[in-house]
Amino acid sequence: MSNSLYERIGGEAAVNAAVDLFYRKVLSDYRINRFFDSTDMDAQIAKQKAFFTYAFGGPNNYTGKDMRSAHAHLVKMGMNGSHFDAVMEHLGATLHELNVPEDLIAEAAAIALGARSDVLGL
Amino acid sequence: MFDLKIKNNRVTCRPGETVLDALLRENINIPYGCKAGACQSCVVQSLDAKPPAKAQGGLKDTLKSSGHFLACQCHPEQPMTLKLSKEAASFVDGRVAVNEPLNRNTQLLIIDINDADRYRAGQFVNLQRSDGLTRSYSIANIPHASGTLEFHIRRLPGGRFSTWVHEELKVGDSIPVSEPQGHCFYLPDRKEQGLLLIGTGTGLAPLAGILADALSHGHSGPIRLFHGSREHEDLYRVNEMRELAEHHPNFSYTPCISSGDAPEGFTQGRVHDAALSAQADLVSWRVFLCGHPDMVKSAQKQAYLKGARLADIYCDAFVVSAEQAPSA
Repeated sequence: MSNSLYERIGGEAAVNAAVDLFYRKVLSDYRINRFFDSTDMDAQIAKQKAFFTYAFGGPNNYTGKDMRSAHAHLVKMGMNGSHFDAVMEHLGATLHELNVPEDLIAEAAAIALGARSDVLGL
Repeated sequence: MFDLKIKNNRVTCRPGETVLDALLRENINIPYGCKAGACQSCVVQSLDAKPPAKAQGGLKDTLKSSGHFLACQCHPEQPMTLKLSKEAASFVDGRVAVNEPLNRNTQLLIIDINDADRYRAGQFVNLQRSDGLTRSYSIANIPHASGTLEFHIRRLPGGRFSTWVHEELKVGDSIPVSEPQGHCFYLPDRKEQGLLLIGTGTGLAPLAGILADALSHGHSGPIRLFHGSREHEDLYRVNEMRELAEHHPNFSYTPCISSGDAPEGFTQGRVHDAALSAQADLVSWRVFLCGHPDMVKSAQKQAYLKGARLADIYCDAFVVSAEQAPSA
């Protein structure tokens, strides 16, 4: 494959557009918004950008260990598989809204799903 | 191959290299992260050449217009003079033209300045006392129109700088003023867009500047200004704003009082609650939030949830110097 998913999906511009839609969905979802309820919105948005860069297979420096430690406090707060699934829903809905082709959405979802056990500390 | 000038250094950017590559090769200390244009850690400013469009992708319009770009995404197309964000700001001398009260605790300070064109209403500068004590204040007027910079200086309990301005600084005194900083200002690109301006206390300063700038550009969309304080006596320019609203049908002004009963003509409650509840949604609005950090943070999230794009929300939260903490 010549181009990465990140490039095919639209790179950094696509990340920005996705974050704008996605973070609003997440903050409006009573099932999961408490996990995102930080007073520092700029820091939160930087995290959402990192998330999308990751899901698009773009340049990032995450290891499974980073994923675990970054989410450990959320697991303590009671985060479980149902919350992870809700985030996956919003990921899919966001990319649909941006008219990303189905096959690319599936690729992004597969990457995000790959982090499931690390994120949930399983 | 193009030369990059940074202060006293000259670095040659080789073919295929980005600006970030060249700076790192020469051991110039610059923050960076993803090297992919996503994290925006490596923003630098070009002081002369216009950066390539690709290098400005994802930046706020105001940052773009002031020559900021992502070093990791920039393959130079011409020689550039760069300023790294952490570089200390340089100062020029201004002269105090007016220093008089706006209300019981806020002083109007007007400074004559050369090169007023490089300052924009709503940006901030650092002002300096002769012993080096420095504080940031926002620009409340359109500098190029008058060759002056206007500031609103609130006296803080134990605040060394604000006390000095209130008690000692005199008309005719010279005062060092830094170059302009910050990206909270008006750009006349989408004049039909609604503008929501929310400020507490001297947060009115940048907002008054932005308002004047928008009106002078013939902004045609609705402009709504909400200014709040705890008590009625801490507001200022109430009559001037009301007069402005009478002359500009697209401009409305709502003064808010958060403590006690609001007198006739004032809204009772916290300013961002009043502003945001008056608004069904903020889809396609541009929002400016200035003043107390708690208000700015809370309103930022609420404005976003009401549909404003992240890129259309401009924040200027006042940071109070730690040494001014009233606990001392």
